[in-house]
Order: sequence, then structure tokens, then C-alpha cells
Amino acid sequence: MFDLKISDQPLNPQDCLDFVNHESTGASTVFIGRVRNQSKGKKVLRLEFEAYEKMALKEMEKIAEKAKEKWPIAKLAFHHRTGITLLGDIAVIIALSTPHRKEGFRACEYCIDALKETVPIWKKEIFENGEEWVSATP
Amino acid sequence: MFRKSDNNDNMKINILAFGVAKDILGSANFEMEVKPKLTIDELKAQFLAKNPDFSKLNSILLAINSEYSIPGQVLKENDEVALIPPVSGG
Repeated sequence: MFDLKISDQPLNPQDCLDFVNHESTGASTVFIGRVRNQSKGKKVLRLEFEAYEKMALKEMEKIAEKAKEKWPIAKLAFHHRTGITLLGDIAVIIALSTPHRKEGFRACEYCIDALKETVPIWKKEIFENGEEWVSATP
Repeated sequence: MFRKSDNNDNMKINILAFGVAKDILGSANFEMEVKPKLTIDELKAQFLAKNPDFSKLNSILLAINSEYSIPGQVLKENDEVALIPPVSGG
């Protein structure tokens, strides 16, 4: 069972952890991606996220389904921010519950890696003197 | 504004552009009239020809009705086509 969300409002890790809690599981694993203050040596002021929401949710569900095929995941929450985010804000949360920790760590890593490959969400870095869509050009 | 299409007529598709693709086209959402049975590859070639800045990107993928398109896929009336520059979520 999955909880997939794209929101322009602040994300809440506790909501994700509460969702994945299940008595058949001994491990809740969570990854939180946050906005940091620099990128390739340049000072970042904020990030702006844009999503093709309908498709992003479909792609997130595909990733969750694939992760569930590979590891014994009971529940999985996958939340991503859109809009303007400031330093320290949460950009993404992946939380999942598994019987044991090892498959939890692997599944969590798989989900965030896959998100960065296929989910149609874009990040613009705003610097002191300019801005840039991440990964757009060589 | 657009005529209803029949076999010999052009068809209408909806274009969505995101991220840097939106900046290149100067618009996030517009309608386009294209010839019937246009393939996604032909449409992509049209965009690249009209907007040379697309070739500066690491990649540009097209999605049809919110699924990644496959080579040779044929467009239909009212399809929603999204221009997907390199994704950078997370």
C-alpha cells in the first residue's frame, strides 16, 4: 500500500512514518532530501521545483511497485515538494516499512535513485546572481 | 478555433512544456495543429528544427498522455504531449 503525494506545501516526515507503521514490520526506513546552501561551489539561495504532477505520480507509483517486487515492503510513502523551497526545507521524503533493516535500506536507496532518473520533476537553483535548471545542459 | 478533424484534415494536440523546455518555447501550455498520423519522432524533429536551443540540452524526451513515448508512436487527436527535459527531482 502506497501513499504518493506531490505538494506545494511543507512535507511532514511524521506523516510518512505514521503511514508506513505496520505490526508485521520491524524496520521503518526513511530518506529525507533537503535544500542545501551550495551547488558545485556556488552559493544557493533557494530551489524552485516544478512537476508534471499527473505523470510524476504515475512514475512514483511504478517505482514503488518495482521496489515492492524486489523487497518485502509492507507500506511505502513517497512525497515530493513543488514550488519555492528555502535552505533546510524538505524536498522529498521516502519512508517504507520492511520486516528487517537491510532490505529497508536497499529499497529506500533504490527509490531515491529511480526518482532522479525517471520522475518528471525539475529543480531550478537560484544563486545570488543567476539561476539554472539542474542537469539541463552539459 | 480548430476544425474537427477527419481523415484528410489536420488534428489538434495539446503541448505541455516543463523546466527549461518551457523557457525555450516561451510557453507552458498550448495547442498545435499537426498532420494526421504524425509520429512522435516527427513531432520531436519539428520542435528541434524550430528551436535550436533544444539541441543544447542533455536530452529532451516526449511523453504522450503522461507516459514516456516509444519510438514510432503515432499521435491521435487531442493527445497531450509533454516535453520532458532532463529530470532533476529529489
